[in-house]
Amino acid sequence: MKIKIDGISFDAPEYFTILDAARFLGLNIPTLCYHEGLSPGGNCRLCVVEIGKGDRTKLVTSCTYPVEEGLVVRTSSERVIKARKMTLELLIAQSPTSKVLQDLASKMGLKQVRFKPKWESCINCGLCVRMCEEQMKAKAIGFVNRGNKLEITTPFDMESEDCRKCGACMYICPVVTLRCHGAHPESVLCSGCYNSLQPTCTSNEDNYNCWMGLKNECGTCYNGESNENINENIK
Amino acid sequence: MYLSEVSTELESIVDASIKKHNKFLIAVLQDIQRHYNYLPEDAIKLVADKLEMPLRDIYGVASFYKAFSFNKKGKHIITACLGTACHVRGGPKIVDAITKELNIKPGETTKDMQFSLETAACLGCCAIGPIVVVDGVYFSNVKPTMVKKIIEQTKSGIEKTDIEKYKHIFPVKVSCPRCNHSLMNTEHLIDNYPCIHITVSFGRKHGWLRLSSLYGSYSIESEHEIPMDTELNCFCPHCHTELTSSFECPICGANMVPLMIRGGGTVHFCPRRGCKGHMLDV
Ligand code: SF4
Ligand code: SF4
Ligand code: FES
Ligand code: FES
Repeated sequence: MKIKIDGISFDAPEYFTILDAARFLGLNIPTLCYHEGLSPGGNCRLCVVEIGKGDRTKLVTSCTYPVEEGLVVRTSSERVIKARKMTLELLIAQSPTSKVLQDLASKMGLKQVRFKPKWESCINCGLCVRMCEEQMKAKAIGFVNRGNKLEITTPFDMESEDCRKCGACMYICPVVTLRCHGAHPESVLCSGCYNSLQPTCTSNEDNYNCWMGLKNECGTCYNGESNENINENIK
Repeated sequence: MYLSEVSTELESIVDASIKKHNKFLIAVLQDIQRHYNYLPEDAIKLVADKLEMPLRDIYGVASFYKAFSFNKKGKHIITACLGTACHVRGGPKIVDAITKELNIKPGETTKDMQFSLETAACLGCCAIGPIVVVDGVYFSNVKPTMVKKIIEQTKSGIEKTDIEKYKHIFPVKVSCPRCNHSLMNTEHLIDNYPCIHITVSFGRKHGWLRLSSLYGSYSIESEHEIPMDTELNCFCPHCHTELTSSFECPICGANMVPLMIRGGGTVHFCPRRGCKGHMLDV
């Protein structure tokens, strides 16, 4: 499967997802509900990427989207980053005490959360359900109800006979295990571990996941196709 | 095994249902819900055992659909539509009127376990809204003032018929497959049962036709004399849709007329006068 991902042509095996291809090439796509040992869930929407060309592009979750012939992917276009930030804002508003989420916010340079915090202890990422089913083969917990009443619990909210008390669900949970205590009711964001490295040249060049911060001078975005083009960009 | 002791009644219901529905989970849960008016905990566990599925999957399905409930429901279930069309036509006022009349909010059940109130988001017949459904009977163009009457009517039993007496010939209650309006006429009895009332046209004539509601009876009454072998065009008297389907009569090949049976299924009859083609599809 010949694909083009952030300007890099790549011959990906058929069974690869976009995320696999990106990771293989060392491109950074933030994920939350993806785990190597589990089937992809597509629940958190943090791993969105932009596919397609021209104005016929759309956002898809890279962890669930299989590569296809001739696919063109951009992993850090402005649209992608905007969508990711909005998703992360919503997730943090749900559970501000999650260290995993706060870390992601720092990494992605999130500066504000415009939603009312709910201080819940679950973001419905489904990791625990998949862990319990696929690795522990217990199938003790699952999604219950739907829509805004969706929650994760055991049948009848009672101790489950299927549960092995292995603790794997808690081990994998991004919300309950690692707590961040820096999130205050006023700020919601902690930013204690703030890391200012962001994909840099997006205002200049939307097509590459570049962290050089040199606005074309480094030549990362030089694609060899037309010398004029890059000179133009530098000017 | 989730359940160690099972009541024989429950077991026979679940067994029969699983056999009938070829292990389809939702159909089995529907049968249980219909029988008990809710899903008892034991029943869910028993289904999990019998279908060899994890309990959490069955619980997830049962909690996903609004048609299932874990709390005991009242004898009569009133569903008021709050879909967009019914909403702008005053659906919320109807809900308020019911709430006032019965003292229950949507999702609740009266203390005497007689009524449960539910809301729905569109029942598919917006043109005749606001809609209230009581025990599967549709009331259209409901106004808040009608609520009291509907509830009284429910208490005294909607369209009482004692089906038990007849085992082979049974009366069906049908409604229009398009608008869901009941086609039963309780004022005119044919074969001692409320008849099915539709409108028909043939040649240049247009008028009503009343059919016996006994499945297997061919008694009819008609406004105009219908010559033998005429193929009728049949219409719903409420929404005026032509009642026709792509099923062909196994005897004469005419396109058959579908009627929806309340409680599930469709009955088809042949619109040719004198032809006895009919079929039941449940
Ligand atoms: S502790 Fe129980 S619910 Fe959690 S993963 Fe293990 S078996 Fe599943
Ligand atoms: S409990 Fe934790 S792992 Fe499970 S869905 Fe919620 S946030 Fe995800
Ligand atoms: S990692 Fe792809 S949707 Fe969560
Ligand atoms: S909105 Fe009530 S039936 Fe459609």
